[in-house]
Amino acid sequence: MAIEIRPIATLAAKEFQDRIRNRWTIAVAGVFTAFALAIAYFGAAQQGAVGLRGVDVTIASLVSLVIYLVPLIALMLGYDAVVGERERGSLPLLLSLPITRFELIAGKYLGLAAALAASTIAGFGVVGILLGVHFGAAALGHYAGFMASAVALGLAFLSVSVLISVVAASRVGASGMAIVSWFGFVLLYDLVLLALLVALGGRLAAGTVPALLLLNPADAFRMVNIFGFADVARLYGLAAVVPPSLASPFVQGAALVAWILVPLGIASWRFR
Amino acid sequence: MNPNVIEIRGVARHFGDVRAVDGVTLTIARGEALGLIGHNGAGKTTLFKLMLGLERPTAGTIEIEGESVHGPRFRDVRRRIGFMPESASLYPNLTGLETLRFFARLKGADAAQCPRLLERVGLAPAAGRAVKHYSKGMAQRLLFAQALLGSPRLLFLDEPTHGLDPAAVRDFYDLLREMRADGVTVVLTSHVLAEVEQRVDRLALMSGGKLQASGTVQSLRDALDLPLAFEVRLNGAAEGELASALGPLAMEPPQMRGPHATFRCARGGKLAVLAALATLGGRLADISIKEPTLEDVFLGYRRAH
Repeated sequence: MAIEIRPIATLAAKEFQDRIRNRWTIAVAGVFTAFALAIAYFGAAQQGAVGLRGVDVTIASLVSLVIYLVPLIALMLGYDAVVGERERGSLPLLLSLPITRFELIAGKYLGLAAALAASTIAGFGVVGILLGVHFGAAALGHYAGFMASAVALGLAFLSVSVLISVVAASRVGASGMAIVSWFGFVLLYDLVLLALLVALGGRLAAGTVPALLLLNPADAFRMVNIFGFADVARLYGLAAVVPPSLASPFVQGAALVAWILVPLGIASWRFR
Repeated sequence: MNPNVIEIRGVARHFGDVRAVDGVTLTIARGEALGLIGHNGAGKTTLFKLMLGLERPTAGTIEIEGESVHGPRFRDVRRRIGFMPESASLYPNLTGLETLRFFARLKGADAAQCPRLLERVGLAPAAGRAVKHYSKGMAQRLLFAQALLGSPRLLFLDEPTHGLDPAAVRDFYDLLREMRADGVTVVLTSHVLAEVEQRVDRLALMSGGKLQASGTVQSLRDALDLPLAFEVRLNGAAEGELASALGPLAMEPPQMRGPHATFRCARGGKLAVLAALATLGGRLADISIKEPTLEDVFLGYRRAH
């Protein structure tokens, strides 16, 4: 069936405007700004110094913040996209209109994605401007790359949350699944991998762990930021354990993009 | 041109062991108003969802305007359909006008007609108010206005008067009459049987997922041969005389409440009963005859099947 742009644009515009109107976008941008500024400024306090350091050092500090915060915000944003309509009783009405289910998912996703991207860019952009003022415009290239990857991470988790929203039977169930996914991807996944590594010792084929890391969008984000910038990589000192084929930021970026497209594709397929 | 707008053939929808809709065959003609009547859980809403292509039938086919509701060309048919779901809550932060414009854009209808539609359903004064401040009745009106977007040729109204006060119910049916005068086909569900009785051309009675009967109110009454109820007012104590005048014409001895006596007789015995009552002369003050209500018809079908 042909895909029409108008219903997608209409749905996306409504979702975006809703988030502007209920001040979600500005509130989340404020949270991002506050945390990003605090970490950029006080991140080195343990070493006895405060103030902005180099761009790559700042990015290295912010990566951890983004990994905790952005997935959580994205999951909370999207988990009721479909199940909320279902529970309110407005889903049959939407589906009775001349729009396809794919268009409904795509429109909702794009609107929410725009709101999330706007908050992320506005929130982390403030630190970017400060870095630009301090270290000159040349420093901004790296930071822009970091922000783009942060947006991609958000979009990946938004995609996961829309999938949750399609398969969940109720809003409460969806919020539970969203929280479990956050714990799973952000906290447990690395622990389990570490446990695997310790338990199996040297029996794992070389490159297995880095490959498994790419199966988690949060780790793919971490890797793209580590390997994207040589200085950051040195700060982490991890480069040695990752084979060159997986150390490419393009491979890691592709993993992130896959994490945007695949859950959304499954959501669209399941929503029938 | 095919006179039937909707053709439902042998449609079933099962959820596990539950047969929500079970072998329904029904056609609805262009310009007709059909009332789908049944108690909660009878399968009306599921049948609606099947007709709108929102659920896939376990068996059978449904065509609207000659197109399968799951076919690729049904999208165009949807533009000519207005659907009012049962008690859907809309987006609380949008105003009535914004809500209507949103649905107009999704439907590909002219958004310029939105203020006029709000006026038609009596919501013009509340057009700029957020929907979260609407009463239940106002929200129902907004849903109805939404169904009228794009001048639909076919209206599906699921319990449209649910939660409306009596004046609003009357307004609703006035508006529906205007739509019908333009040739719009209407399918509406209700569990308030008496309400739709006089307002549709044909009734379809549903129970347990099955279509029990369909036809005009009169044909359903006739088919069941339900008894008529008489109520008479007597002058003075004349119970004994009433009972003896009626004899076996009354299906049971008259029930007395003060000067009022009620009894039932077979449909064919109406004139004989009137003749018997005439013998009471001045001891009879008043007579009224009640046709079986739709509720009686419905219960009659339930008992008969």
